[in-house]
Amino acid sequence: MAAKTPPEINAGSMADIAFLLLVFFLVTTTMDTDFGLSRKLPPPLEPDQEVVDIKQRNVLTVLVNANDQLLVKGELMEVQDLKEKAKEFIANVNNLETLPEKESKEIMFFGNIMVSKQVISLQNDNGTSYDMYIQVQNELARAYNELRNELSEQKFGKTYDYYVEAKDKDHVKAIRKVFQQRISEAEPKDIGGGNE
Amino acid sequence: MSKFKKGGKKDLPAVSTASLPDIVFMLLFFFMVTTVMREVDLKVKMSQPEATEIKKLENKSLVNYIYIGEPTDVETNGTTPRIQLNDAFATVEDIQEYIETKRSEVDEQVIPLLTTSLKVDSDTKMGIVTKVKQELREVNALKISYSTRERNEKK
Repeated sequence: MAAKTPPEINAGSMADIAFLLLVFFLVTTTMDTDFGLSRKLPPPLEPDQEVVDIKQRNVLTVLVNANDQLLVKGELMEVQDLKEKAKEFIANVNNLETLPEKESKEIMFFGNIMVSKQVISLQNDNGTSYDMYIQVQNELARAYNELRNELSEQKFGKTYDYYVEAKDKDHVKAIRKVFQQRISEAEPKDIGGGNE
Repeated sequence: MSKFKKGGKKDLPAVSTASLPDIVFMLLFFFMVTTVMREVDLKVKMSQPEATEIKKLENKSLVNYIYIGEPTDVETNGTTPRIQLNDAFATVEDIQEYIETKRSEVDEQVIPLLTTSLKVDSDTKMGIVTKVKQELREVNALKISYSTRERNEKK
């Protein structure tokens, strides 16, 4: 008897099998990318740490109470208005007495430039909702970013966001130095009956 | 006698499907490679707040997650916001240990680059979040990220 060549395996169903697997992976795939507001916590308190005195005019106190109401420098305010207020405070364009002091600093690309000694102090209650807290943080971050964008546009003709995208560290660093994000968070208080 | 037939209806040749498996396999491999299986089962409610000034978290292997929110299973776990680490509920005291464990899993050089992503439900009160933050401060896990969704705004 002559040796028979084994019959070829029918590969027609291969596509079906592959489709089945494909559908499985399509369904289980989660391409979730994590977005978030990046912050740096202050290092733990050293026992012999000095208390730094900051002049009143250099501080913008932002208080959020348990009812999610906002008090900025003693004024009741809506979240939408916080950004403008913060921008005005940080930049102090007209060198007002009531707004932060400025000092001359040598910064790359800018040469000597007046930088304000602003600090934003954020204090929330234990009963403040997380959503409100994020909104406030977001508005403050937005104030800084908008100021940076304006400055960058004025100086280099390109926005700050552009440099961040382009990973141009020198420019980003220089712009950040002019408008440094200084949000200090005080220990929260438990006035508004904030419970867990 | 001509070699070429004139007129005469011809059947259109069928499109060859022989390369179909190849195409499908290509897609399959793409999804196999990009797929990330969900690592944890969420036991807490999670609807994150929205924000605009957000950054993408790069390098997922260097991110630790802490979930805070109301338990989804209200009947057995109540409605008090709870902390979830990995797959189980935890208390504030467990956080330091959790961070230490995560640290021991990575190279020593990258420890300062570790980020903690706080995934917190928007209805949660700040009290518990602050406690978590204090714990993180104590273990020197200072890089944090408040996980949010992106808000699309028309300017």
